[in-house]
Amino acid sequence: MQMPKADLALIARKSEILARLAAVLPQDSIISDTGELRAYECDALSAYRCPPLLVVLPKTTEEVAAALRICNELRVPVVPRGAGTSLAGGALPTADCVVIGVARMTEVLEADYDNRYIRVQTGRTNLSVSDAVSEHDFFYAPDPSSQLACAIAGNIAMNSGGAHCLKYGVTSNNLMGVTLVTMTGEIVKVGGAYLDSEGLDLLGLFCGSEGQLGIVTEATLRILPKPEGARPVLIGFDSNEVAGACVSDIIKAGVLPVAIEFMDRPCIRATDAFSGAGYPDCMALLIVEVEGSEAEIEDQLNRIIKIAESHDPVEVRKARDAQDAARIWLGRKSAFGAMGQINDYMCLDGTIPVTELPFVLRRIGELSQEFGLDVGNVFHAGDGNMHPLILYNANKEGELETCEAFGAEILKLCVEVGGCLTGEHGVGIEKRDLMSHQFSQDDLEAQMRVKDVFDPAWLLNGAKVFPLEASERRRLDLARYAAE
Amino acid sequence: MSLFQPTDEQDLSDMLRSADAPVRVLGGDTRGEYSDPATQISTAKMSGIVDYVPGALTMIAKSGTPLSEIEALLAKEGQQLAFEPYRLGALLGRKGSSTIGGVFATNASGSRRIQAGAARDFLLGVRFVDGEGHLIKNGGRVMKNVTGYDLVKLMCGSWGTLGIMSEVAFKTLPAPELTQTLVLHQLDHAQAVAAMSQALGSSYEVSGTVYLCATQSLYLRVEGFSNSVSYRVTALRALLGEYGEQEVLDHDASLAFWSDLRDVSPLKEDKGDIWRISVQPSDGVETFERAGFRTGFYDWSAGLIWGSVAAGTDLRARLGHFEGHATRLRGLSETVPKFQPQPEALARLSQGLRKQFDPRGLLNPGLMG
Repeated sequence: MQMPKADLALIARKSEILARLAAVLPQDSIISDTGELRAYECDALSAYRCPPLLVVLPKTTEEVAAALRICNELRVPVVPRGAGTSLAGGALPTADCVVIGVARMTEVLEADYDNRYIRVQTGRTNLSVSDAVSEHDFFYAPDPSSQLACAIAGNIAMNSGGAHCLKYGVTSNNLMGVTLVTMTGEIVKVGGAYLDSEGLDLLGLFCGSEGQLGIVTEATLRILPKPEGARPVLIGFDSNEVAGACVSDIIKAGVLPVAIEFMDRPCIRATDAFSGAGYPDCMALLIVEVEGSEAEIEDQLNRIIKIAESHDPVEVRKARDAQDAARIWLGRKSAFGAMGQINDYMCLDGTIPVTELPFVLRRIGELSQEFGLDVGNVFHAGDGNMHPLILYNANKEGELETCEAFGAEILKLCVEVGGCLTGEHGVGIEKRDLMSHQFSQDDLEAQMRVKDVFDPAWLLNGAKVFPLEASERRRLDLARYAAE
Repeated sequence: MSLFQPTDEQDLSDMLRSADAPVRVLGGDTRGEYSDPATQISTAKMSGIVDYVPGALTMIAKSGTPLSEIEALLAKEGQQLAFEPYRLGALLGRKGSSTIGGVFATNASGSRRIQAGAARDFLLGVRFVDGEGHLIKNGGRVMKNVTGYDLVKLMCGSWGTLGIMSEVAFKTLPAPELTQTLVLHQLDHAQAVAAMSQALGSSYEVSGTVYLCATQSLYLRVEGFSNSVSYRVTALRALLGEYGEQEVLDHDASLAFWSDLRDVSPLKEDKGDIWRISVQPSDGVETFERAGFRTGFYDWSAGLIWGSVAAGTDLRARLGHFEGHATRLRGLSETVPKFQPQPEALARLSQGLRKQFDPRGLLNPGLMG
């Protein structure tokens, strides 16, 4: 993975840039010490690291605007940062950049239960948004696995999903409005407590734009009344194909579970050993969760079990109570941790049409043999969002590169069967160079023309999302600006 | 006035490349109103279902495919478009049939929007030709996709101002087994809004909330498997007991009511300008009063108000500053724009985007600022 060469002239001007920022921002909001900057050298894609020139941690939208105005004037690249949990390298700095992080902006600004929304500063973590409305029996639906740590800012930048988005949708389906600061420091408000847009759907555009169009400092989020209850059923199968067919039948039957999670044998074994969840030792395992009143839950689970039984399951375990439910979820929720105990791993995020699951799983198995690296699959099967975990040893020469090559093959496979490179993690730097497998030059050009409107000099997170050679002309313009 | 009907993407691209004057973009010509005699490009000849996978809940169709054809095919598989697009043909007195491209180009979302989402939430992928004739694709045919910028949402609701869609991929959902509607009678506006808010604040998954001003009746829809529907309707009746007289519409009567509503039936006798206002629900009643609507109805738990005023009325002057937006869906005016003017910064960004996709200003000039 390449990053553009840092601008040495900018790095040489560090003290000038620092002085300009310090003149308009509170002293404690700027980090310039080399040691402290190390804390910001990477996100959750930790194979890649680079300390930034400076870090700014504002407390208000106005401070974000002030910092951006100066960076824009001095032509300093900016990398926005939420909680730094991106698996795609979305918050990876460059040596010549200023990181602007929203981690100190965590306030709840307003919660309105009659109109069913909450307005927050975007440094607030995903889970603490739900916590803030929980005592009124409401919740915020998108629930990425990292929800304890990840910030709403990053959720919006990457259009995050989660296990329950089969029923409730992803971030963009639950986002009603934002305050966004553009690279020039202009504060723009889009949407609000009402639905849909008066003009072009800029809100839909901002969501998932990976911090390349602006920094989102406040968000109005849709909240929902909590369901009366929820319970899962665990179903084991002796082949991936059959489990895949069962998923498709459940969806077709009109039952709309809140989640259908899939684990294959390597994952089942690893997580069971790690968590003691007591999973059956089978080839594929589904966890299907439904919601509603007791009677509704029972009715839906029975419908699902009936469908499953037509596929000869090796095990069906219906959760009878909260304790059962927790045990069923225990393994799934610790899956990444369990795999991490075995080895270093790389987590992929391609999406495929649900009907292609059996073929894609078989092909991943073949590729695993070819590349000589083990892979486990744990993913949101209901919407076809796969998370193959490729195991590798970071200390072994060349193995990271082999792992990346293997990952790229899997993602290309996802595109070939009618899917896409990333379902919820984002492109970042990780999938940047694969974009031309999914998009033509005209497709990419159309997206880059959008960025030109918001950030003509390509200062904001410019080395992400688009293949470096595709964005080069635009980023070199930046160098030209810098030279002037 | 001339009408062009490209038969495929290449044809469409050639037409736009060689166009030297503004064009009006049409699907079935059932949603727009124009006073000027410009050249028209219609997608009607780019029609047909490309792919439909019921087990994956996805369909791909060419943009000129009639909505009725798509809904008939979905019904055969027990599925539907859950955002139940509203239809304007009857209100505008048009003979043509609404197309799927037109539905998405106008982000036409019906009553289930509050529960299932808007048209924009169901659109998964687009192929379109921009004002310079470039064929561009974005999104795909899978449920979760964050690969690159979401131009799909940008295209949805852009009313043909950024490009002409040639193909759309969208999510379908199973049609519910049973639909019932709880009707509360004799409520004034404020009571109706309070009851809607209570219903939507409950966990009973109400999927439609409509208050008809003319009859003072509130309609609350509950859908799903039979057992679940009876349970929730009973629970809802108890929850809303204080609002007086109750009635339950059975399955067939419910389907008929909500289907009529998709044609904006409460306003069908009216001859004036028809407006649609999006606000936060608690501002609904005040907005309705300020608008001075002769007649109308509340949808989306009072977050959406449909109403009519005398032709040519500047509704926004009556509303003054408010949080939300008002769109005129019937009626022409030289002075009052159809769409809510955006704040300066947003208008500038929108114009910037439009310029990128249509530098010569060919596509539906005058619409959307």
